[in-house]
Amino acid sequence: MKILRILLVIFISLFLNSISIAKDPSELINSIVNEASLILKSSDPVESKIIKLNDIAERSVDISGIGMYALGKHKKSMSEDEKTKYKKLFKSYFLKSFSSRLVDYTDPKINVVSQKKINEKYTIVNSILEATSKRPEVKIDWRIYTKNPDKPLIRDLIVEGLSLARTQKEEFNSVIQNNDGDLNALFKTLEEFLIK
Amino acid sequence: MKRLISIIIIIALSQAYSFNALADSDGEIEISSKKNNQQVVKDCFESVNRGIFAFNQGLDKIVFEPLSRGYRKLPQPIRSGTSNVLNNLGNVVTIPNNVLQGQIKDAGVNSLRFLINSSLGIVGIFDVASYYGLEKRDKEDYGQTLGTWGVSEGCYFVLPVLGPTTVRDSIGSLANISGGDAWYNVTVVNDTQYFDEADYYLSRVLTGVDFRAKNLESFDSLEKTSIDLYASIRSLYLQDRQRKIKNIDLVTETMSDDDWEEID
Repeated sequence: MKILRILLVIFISLFLNSISIAKDPSELINSIVNEASLILKSSDPVESKIIKLNDIAERSVDISGIGMYALGKHKKSMSEDEKTKYKKLFKSYFLKSFSSRLVDYTDPKINVVSQKKINEKYTIVNSILEATSKRPEVKIDWRIYTKNPDKPLIRDLIVEGLSLARTQKEEFNSVIQNNDGDLNALFKTLEEFLIK
Repeated sequence: MKRLISIIIIIALSQAYSFNALADSDGEIEISSKKNNQQVVKDCFESVNRGIFAFNQGLDKIVFEPLSRGYRKLPQPIRSGTSNVLNNLGNVVTIPNNVLQGQIKDAGVNSLRFLINSSLGIVGIFDVASYYGLEKRDKEDYGQTLGTWGVSEGCYFVLPVLGPTTVRDSIGSLANISGGDAWYNVTVVNDTQYFDEADYYLSRVLTGVDFRAKNLESFDSLEKTSIDLYASIRSLYLQDRQRKIKNIDLVTETMSDDDWEEID
């Protein structure tokens, strides 16, 4: 009986491990999509779903990289203290917007259709979000950062050809430029978003 | 005066028609960051644009969003049929633009689709052509044609009533009312016994509502998570136009990796 329990624990550990360290970009997307799908269609309370979704994001998304990309040219003028503050703020902002976007879906069906290696650092995984009675199917491409092949990370979501990371970058740039280049204006806006 | 108002309404509605994505600085924003081929779009009169954008948002909340939510409650076959009819009508602008862009095969396929769906498909309600293997092609408009000919965007600005646009896309829209849109010609320009102006405006409003209804959740999500909605929509609009002009689905071909290299 004890042996059975040990085997079960080993099996579960191996299964969880295979999710957390999917090395092939398509495999990574498939595993997180399946994991997210199970969470979203569960009867868990919304708060619990958000915690679990955020856990997936922290494991599979290069939040820090996206944050620096979103800063664009402004990152060059940042002090180390500002960078630390920004990274913390951006992570909270990203997770809040990520989970609040997803939590409205009950059971999104995403099918990976192909992948294309652009170079050593990036692979694009092409997928389709299946149509429902309310909306047509949606093409979603995932930009996967593969510099460390043992730990591929998502860096961008391209929905029907529109890059969310680029949109984020232009949005942040707009906030900073409209406040005479003051980075604190961006920090303040992010803080206000977080307490909403 | 009536004519001028008609023109303004048509340009605005044409923008809604071609606006298949949601979309400064009194300065400039980059829409492509290829170092040697940098394209920059200026947001001219940003403060005025933001005012018009706020007006459009108000109008959306009062008119278009409720209309779209009501439209969403119609049975799926009715919505699909309406969408198909509007798509079929769009071919009369797409076909000449296929030709102008040298897409002769696409022009042929779209012409056949238009003929089959208008007849066998009962004014386009049913997409019979797809059943015969003539799959739907991307829409084209005069703004895209100007883009493929190398005309740059010019200033970005916002028109009252759903109108993110650029100077180039507005000039493209003017071509519609200068003989380039057969549907406009038979409804507004020529007084035929079968159609009148109201049919044209109804088709344009329905196109906007159909688009809005398909994107209700996306727009809600964008509104909820955006810290500067105006800038987000501007970015999405410009990206969408760039992709359509290049006639490619793969975003990898419109994006430069240079943007990402700096953070490696």
